[in-house]
Amino acid sequence: MLTLLKFEARPEPSRVAGWISPLLAAGATLIVGFVLFTAMGKNPWVAFHAFFVKPVATLYGVGELLLKATPLMLIAVGLAAGYRANVWNIGAEGQLTMGAIFGGGVALALQESTSPLLLPLMLVMGVAGGVLWAAIPAFLRTRFNANEILTSLMLVYVATLTLSLLVHGAWRDPEGFNFPQSKMFGDAAMIPILLPETRLNLALPLALAVVALGWLFMRKSLWGFRMRVAGLAPAAANYAGISAKRTVWTGLLIGGACAGLAGVTEVAGPLGQLLPSVSPGYGFAAIIVAFVGRLHPVGIVFASLLMSLLYLGGESAQINLALPSAVTGLFQGTLLFFLLAADVFINYRLRVKRPRAGGIPA
Amino acid sequence: MDQLAQLFVLTLAAGTPLVFAALGELVTEKSGVLNLGVEGMMLVGAVASFITAAGTGSPWLGVLAGMGAGAALSLIFAVLTLSLMANQVASGLALSLFGVGLSAFLGLDYVSVVITAIQPLAVPGLSTLPFAGKLVFGHNPLVYVSLLLFAAIQWFLYRTRAGLIVRAVGESPQSAHAIGYPVVRIRYLAVMFGGACAGVGGAYLAVAYTPLWVEGMTAGRGWIALALVVFATWRPWRVLAGAYLFGGVTLAQFQAQGLGVDIPSQYLSMLPYVATILVLSMISRDAATIRLNAPASLGKPFHPDG
Repeated sequence: MLTLLKFEARPEPSRVAGWISPLLAAGATLIVGFVLFTAMGKNPWVAFHAFFVKPVATLYGVGELLLKATPLMLIAVGLAAGYRANVWNIGAEGQLTMGAIFGGGVALALQESTSPLLLPLMLVMGVAGGVLWAAIPAFLRTRFNANEILTSLMLVYVATLTLSLLVHGAWRDPEGFNFPQSKMFGDAAMIPILLPETRLNLALPLALAVVALGWLFMRKSLWGFRMRVAGLAPAAANYAGISAKRTVWTGLLIGGACAGLAGVTEVAGPLGQLLPSVSPGYGFAAIIVAFVGRLHPVGIVFASLLMSLLYLGGESAQINLALPSAVTGLFQGTLLFFLLAADVFINYRLRVKRPRAGGIPA
Repeated sequence: MDQLAQLFVLTLAAGTPLVFAALGELVTEKSGVLNLGVEGMMLVGAVASFITAAGTGSPWLGVLAGMGAGAALSLIFAVLTLSLMANQVASGLALSLFGVGLSAFLGLDYVSVVITAIQPLAVPGLSTLPFAGKLVFGHNPLVYVSLLLFAAIQWFLYRTRAGLIVRAVGESPQSAHAIGYPVVRIRYLAVMFGGACAGVGGAYLAVAYTPLWVEGMTAGRGWIALALVVFATWRPWRVLAGAYLFGGVTLAQFQAQGLGVDIPSQYLSMLPYVATILVLSMISRDAATIRLNAPASLGKPFHPDG
């Protein structure tokens, strides 16, 4: 008997499916990893151990996990505010870089300073850098109707080249043997360590506070409510007098502020100086974190831990198994694909359709 | 004079990857689907072509492999957005991120490998003619292929019944479905055509233009191609013009260095991106033109049962 599987629209989106789908996606990604490792001639169990267990088997490893999760959750929670309002900022990597330039610039200008105010000033300047960089696509979108996806992405290249210009030129350490890098920041410009014997610093509680603020903003404030309406029903939002321009500005600037903060916490934390590249693609990985975390602050925290583990796993697999660390990018993309595929169950359900009985005589 | 001809040849060469990628995306978007994964498809096309060219010794087989790889990657996007009704923006971003990761992974062992590249045409007797020889006969064979592709797409979209159907599907999938056209199948084909073109664009970079493999070697050309389709208000000949304009802009970098202008190279490298932002803003300012010319259903999911 012929049976057909068909998607049928649900009367209402399923909340359960919304939270199960990231788990399904993570599971499916693991299966792909299993197949991939086997295909590369590695024992998949050994590879899994090296990828997912070994990096976090020590206290130092746990510190690294949280350290790398910090910028990811920061950026993702900022992006989520925009994505909920259909404002597609994909240039967080550039806003992060600008935050690093602005914050790092302060640290370099006040190299000798031991003032306790230096670090707060750097953080503020980092946020300002990210905001400024995100304001460009916001202005171009609201004033000239230019697509923010393309402009924010183009600005990533401009920001990266600006950083390269600085560390190759004006900000290069004169005693750095001609390497393209700045001087090391002074002690007062470094974020204090949170957990001794690790590199985990106070940026983590700061990020968690921002995530909590993000939750308050989206869930409890009128402004956040307006943004969600603008995303879910643009026509209704327009009718209710919610300014589309304000939505674009808010969405982009929040994203820029968070990414800028993440940039300065990277240079004032694990890096301690400006380098030609200040991020292993956190700004892009955070897009995946935002989606896997369901654009929800709590989900984003968990998703950032998962993504951080993928980064660590890639490094560990490179050292322990001689596997290329590019595997990380592959896993990140695969995870997002499976998530998007599993999301079909939020709005649709599978129905088995049988041909009507008694239609055709045997 | 000869330098002018040389500049013309170089501009066309620099614009050609954009021509391939943007024309493919144009067809995809004409069917109502916005695929933001062009950068990823170009990169995977580039690495697939390079690996094939290195393995077989034939850069032309490499181009075919790039085409196939681009189409295969776009198929993932098609399944997600057309069969599983996923958000097109998110899926396209996913495709780009995935393509960057996949190409870096596949290309690891090929970073300093040397291949035989596709060489510029050398028609005996003609290519050596002064001025005109270079202007007409001195290009890379793939440049001519891209021009043929342009002509074919122009003809297909505006002079054939099938092209009319593709455009109808992009304007109103509901109506096209009601008349009995297989909207989803047509969109699958349009997406895969776009993927194949992006793959060839990447292949051109890897086996003809550069020719080598470097991680992330497309350097944002996939995104510029997406912007080009908007600049061109979805018209093929304007895509062509825009692609060469941007080809010219990317050249400024090498030209200035050649002329001994003392500007840090980073400023010149920024030019294509800044130019994209400026032109995009100028063209988009006229919101009505964009709205009139963009396929009406662009980016919206379609489910046959409503």
